[in-house]
Amino acid sequence: MNAFRAILVRDLRLALRQGGDAAAVVLFFVLAASLFPFGVGPEPNLLARVAAGVIWVTALLAVMLGLDRLFLADHEDGSLEGMVASPAPMLVIVLAKCLAQWLLSGLPLVLATPILAIFLQLPAEGLPALLGALLLGTPTLVLVGAIGAALVLGARRGGVLLALLVLPLTVPVLIFGVAAADAAIAGLPARPHLLVLGAMLLAALAAAPFAAAAALRQAVE
Amino acid sequence: MSAFAASRFTGAGLGCVRGERIVFQGLSFEVAGGTALTLIGPNGAGKSSLLRLMAGLLAPAAGKLLWNGAPVADDPDAHRARLRWLGHGDGIKPGLSALENAAFWAALAGAPGEAALGALQRMGLGPLAETPARFLSQGQRRRLALTRLLLGGAALWLLDEPTVGLDAGSVAVVEALLADHCRAGGMVVLATHVPIAVPAGQVLELTPAAVPPPSHSPSPSP
Repeated sequence: MNAFRAILVRDLRLALRQGGDAAAVVLFFVLAASLFPFGVGPEPNLLARVAAGVIWVTALLAVMLGLDRLFLADHEDGSLEGMVASPAPMLVIVLAKCLAQWLLSGLPLVLATPILAIFLQLPAEGLPALLGALLLGTPTLVLVGAIGAALVLGARRGGVLLALLVLPLTVPVLIFGVAAADAAIAGLPARPHLLVLGAMLLAALAAAPFAAAAALRQAVE
Repeated sequence: MSAFAASRFTGAGLGCVRGERIVFQGLSFEVAGGTALTLIGPNGAGKSSLLRLMAGLLAPAAGKLLWNGAPVADDPDAHRARLRWLGHGDGIKPGLSALENAAFWAALAGAPGEAALGALQRMGLGPLAETPARFLSQGQRRRLALTRLLLGGAALWLLDEPTVGLDAGSVAVVEALLADHCRAGGMVVLATHVPIAVPAGQVLELTPAAVPPPSHSPSPSP
């Protein structure tokens, strides 16, 4: 538990001192989503129809943007080796790094979503469902992405490879995330979709750290 | 005097394969509590690989590692708890202060955070505790990395080129650390290209792609 806190605090402190990375993810999210009105036209009905999907897809890409750095810096400076050879269990290391990553690149997206929702004319009744879906879905993205981030350590152009590996796996999260918002807009209960997202988060929480830990052991060999 | 229970770390018939190339095979060693084992040999002879094997970072292709006669592979968690690894990378974050860096490794080793400041002072970094690590020189960074050894009281130190970038005074500090550790009953295995004075040391010379005879005995003490 001590190790969990130490890794979490260290990663947050590093990111907040350097500042750039965390801010870049949110800015990318806001900018990319703001491009859509220019692309599809400012017609309110059309925007309202696609808003939830646009927000979800851009959130997905924004999370991917920061993920390749998840283990890379630690791998390059020898910290990862030291952590793997330390008494701290690998699962604790992976979970702590994932939580830090989500706090830095997942939570800010959720917080920025209401502004984008206004900008994209998302019907107000869809917003709570969308926020709930993002809160449940983005940690799943980070956890699944952690497997990819660990696998591509040592590969050249790891960022592109990571996206190719992970994006197909994130489709279910995307489908249910958008469905939750659409259901709420249509006056149907969003709860079933949120429950499925919650189930996916629990499954990722249970399985992804093991897979990422195994990949990290390979990486430090 | 002995801070660590008398123990023995042995390797029997170890083989290592990297990238389909046999780095070494049939290699055996024995380190007893209170002694040091120095690995020497040219580049590519497998010094680092052997250390990584001992640290559990790399699985042996053949043979096994034993701690007091029990296979290390049976209980890797216990093995990690008794070893401290220091590889080529310093594992130092430039954005954190020296003290924050040391405290991080203290927490990972399960040592109290206060231990970090004492370790920094021991390595002569006390006055630099609040300095961001990005302003430290190469040698100071290496010394900061070495503070890890003093945290948490591990019995077995595995050091890969611990004195790279250190001046003569700092090398003397490291030698004193090693001597203290061995006097307390700890063990040290280090790979080095430059002479480092170690107490009660044996030397294991690795040769590139050496294929020792099948009945290879533990390396003799000099």
